Amino acid sequence: MGEMEQLRKEAESLKDQITAARKAVQDTTLQEAAAGITVVGRVQLKTRKTLRGHLAKIYAMHWAVDANLCVSASQDGKLIVWDTITTNKVNAIPLKSSWVMTCAYAPSGNLVACGGLDNMCSIYNLKGKDGNVKVMRELAAHTGYLSCCRFLSDSEIITSSGDCTCVLWDIETGTQKTVFAGHQGDCMSLAVSPDFKFFISGACDFTAKLWDIREGVCRQTFGGHESDINAIGFFPNGNAVITGSDDATCKLYDLRADQELITYQDSSIMCGVTSLAPSLSGRLILAGYDDFNVNIWDSLKSERVGVLAGHDNRVSCIGVSADGMACCTGSWDSFLKIWN
Amino acid sequence: MAEAPQQQQLQQQKEEEEEEQQPGPVEARDSSEGSEEPKEDVQATPTRPLLSMRSMSIVDPDDDSPNMIVYRKIEDIVTRIQDETEGVPIRTVKSFMTKIPSVVTGADIVQWLMKNLSIEDQAEAMHIGGLIAAQGYFFPISDHVLSLKDDGTFYRFQAPYFWPSHCWEPENTDYAIYLCKRTMQNKTRLELADYEAENLARLQRAFARKWEFIYMQAEAQVKIDRKKDKTERKILDSQERAFWDVHRPVPGCVNTTEMDIRKCRRLKNPQRVKKSVYGLTEEGTQSQSPIHTPSHHCRKGTKEDVEKEILFLNTQLDRHCMKMSKVAESLITYTEQYMEYDPFLTAPEPSNPWTSDDPSLWDLEASKEPSQQRVKKWGFSLEEALKDPAGQELFLKFLESEFSSENLRFWLAVQDLKRMPQQEVAQRAQEIWAEFLAEGAPSSINLDSHSYERTSQNLKDPGRYSYEDAQDHIYKLMKSDSYTRFLRSNVYQDLLMARKKPETEQGRRTSLEKFTRSVGKSLTGKRLTGLMQSS
Repeated sequence: MGEMEQLRKEAESLKDQITAARKAVQDTTLQEAAAGITVVGRVQLKTRKTLRGHLAKIYAMHWAVDANLCVSASQDGKLIVWDTITTNKVNAIPLKSSWVMTCAYAPSGNLVACGGLDNMCSIYNLKGKDGNVKVMRELAAHTGYLSCCRFLSDSEIITSSGDCTCVLWDIETGTQKTVFAGHQGDCMSLAVSPDFKFFISGACDFTAKLWDIREGVCRQTFGGHESDINAIGFFPNGNAVITGSDDATCKLYDLRADQELITYQDSSIMCGVTSLAPSLSGRLILAGYDDFNVNIWDSLKSERVGVLAGHDNRVSCIGVSADGMACCTGSWDSFLKIWN
Repeated sequence: MAEAPQQQQLQQQKEEEEEEQQPGPVEARDSSEGSEEPKEDVQATPTRPLLSMRSMSIVDPDDDSPNMIVYRKIEDIVTRIQDETEGVPIRTVKSFMTKIPSVVTGADIVQWLMKNLSIEDQAEAMHIGGLIAAQGYFFPISDHVLSLKDDGTFYRFQAPYFWPSHCWEPENTDYAIYLCKRTMQNKTRLELADYEAENLARLQRAFARKWEFIYMQAEAQVKIDRKKDKTERKILDSQERAFWDVHRPVPGCVNTTEMDIRKCRRLKNPQRVKKSVYGLTEEGTQSQSPIHTPSHHCRKGTKEDVEKEILFLNTQLDRHCMKMSKVAESLITYTEQYMEYDPFLTAPEPSNPWTSDDPSLWDLEASKEPSQQRVKKWGFSLEEALKDPAGQELFLKFLESEFSSENLRFWLAVQDLKRMPQQEVAQRAQEIWAEFLAEGAPSSINLDSHSYERTSQNLKDPGRYSYEDAQDHIYKLMKSDSYTRFLRSNVYQDLLMARKKPETEQGRRTSLEKFTRSVGKSLTGKRLTGLMQSS
């Protein structure tokens, strides 16, 4: 038996043992455990505001932490910072490359970032001295498109890319501090844990990975999806991970049980999931789909408890505000809507 | 011409045609397809496809690219819905002076979907039906807009040749030939719509130099078409039109063939070799679209990869998996605890600013006087208390009253350190050492010797995470010790119980005064400011 063959066999045997270990702790299912808790009932959210101004598909949006501001990125080549209450545009930032795929708001509210087919993450300072918003840094090193980015602070940012890696950058010097390699397919999305010690990434190799930011290593890998994972997020308590995939399902994985807890699917949902966000308590998961709708799931009972239908094209991004009061959806129809 | 659909084996109707369609100029009689009056003169003559009903999906089952997954699902449904026994009744409908071959009503489709896909809600069936229609798998015979109506509107199924899963992406030359051909056919029902006429005009300008070629191709197509059976032509014409409705949609309609540019690269046909609908050979260069980045292949497993994988799997195996029941319980407890704080589930008080346009809730949050509900949250976990600036402030004050604030101040300082610009990190790390850990430090914290050793080692090359272990240790200490006492303390309990209802101005001031006085009493000379070099 060749050496490669032997190694592969060893790996397979280990995988089997892991599967067995995971099975051994399955003394119940989440659905069974949640059978007794009160039903949530129909959740009906209405559109409260429509943010108009983009001229082409919106690919991404991100809420600010402190205020009711959010930033959105569109293929019309603009990054717009919105005051969601008045629907006014606080900033309209023209981009060098119009093929933008992601945007992020720093927790401090001072910076925003975006990137896309230019393979770079551009950082903009919103609070510049003369009032103009300018590019502060261009983080270039990825060899594939920038699919997602999230700030750790004004000093550091994490990016995920179509080159199958995620990178931690030092913004000041514009250098890569850590490269997180391991995925076998384009990384599509990432999310940072509430304590900022870990982040998770979802990729086109159908897996999600948990990374230790400080050590620079992958701690856990979660599989089970049958197609690309497009969206990923942490459950609010930081102990579980939610993923959304082109296989039209969302899954909940627990970090401590090291396995999938539940799948959110329905035979009448045929289109892929593009984006997701949990409500403040985690009891609801709002997921945007390619079929123009957002479905609201009861996370514990895996039942659909609501639908947001209002966009005329794919819902490409979704986010719940920091205080949980409102949900924002962005779509290929060029509009953002605020719901609650 | 596109080779005709295997599926709709045209039924060989032996019935005599009432009027022969002359190939020349025609009167307006053949406008039947334009005006459906389903109530009059409809006689159902059943038409059945002659093929067996295995799924006609042409999607390679191993093709797992995103669009293909959806196409496969739709094609499975479309196969079943056309089944002889289990599907909808596809008929030829006699209307006015002609026959409309191979149609089914929208209501039939909706009904079938509800019954066969186990859908209870009509709106849900409309949504799915709309999705299938938008992709062009069935289409209204007298409208360019691809949507489904739950009524007597007639629909026809698309030929598999034209299915979106073929990844057509037809060129404008094909479209030009099509529009040109339509103008040659001189049938009122095939007259160009306004937007099509505009498109044609635009194409004529764009292809001015090769218009003769296009015209000839169109003529050739018309010739081929003429040879076909009249009924077959009716069906094929409509299917061809529906194809173009998908790829060149009516202005204002969504183009369902648009793909997410992140996924484009991984299509089965990455070189984007364009096939022509009308069999034209590829000419000229392919257009360089901005998406044409060199395809990035992730390395296939090498020996090192497998060895790394084995190491990783071993660590995974060593990890202790928590029981599902415990994990489930923890998730349930968390959601139950926070449900009253989740505005989507519990109406916030005094009101949700988004619905009432009354920002008083936000004003309250920003004010220095936290609501009882907010104070209650600080009791959920130390993390929750520290997340809220007001909670953090109160906890700090409490610790000062116990002369143990150095722990929290150390923890906060390290949090700041982690967010600092890289250049300032080293210096700040040293300052933290001097303030909290050095011999004789002014705010000496209590670390176990192991953590102390590790930390002082880290400081030889100071970085953001130099104090990570120490910080974790101190956090655990605070959590198990000071925090629990904080929750039982008077300052916290007073605040928690103090506000049952919004009090009068007088009442509020008095309790606030009482509160500050009680805290002030326990303060000593120690100040709150961050790091100070002790002289």
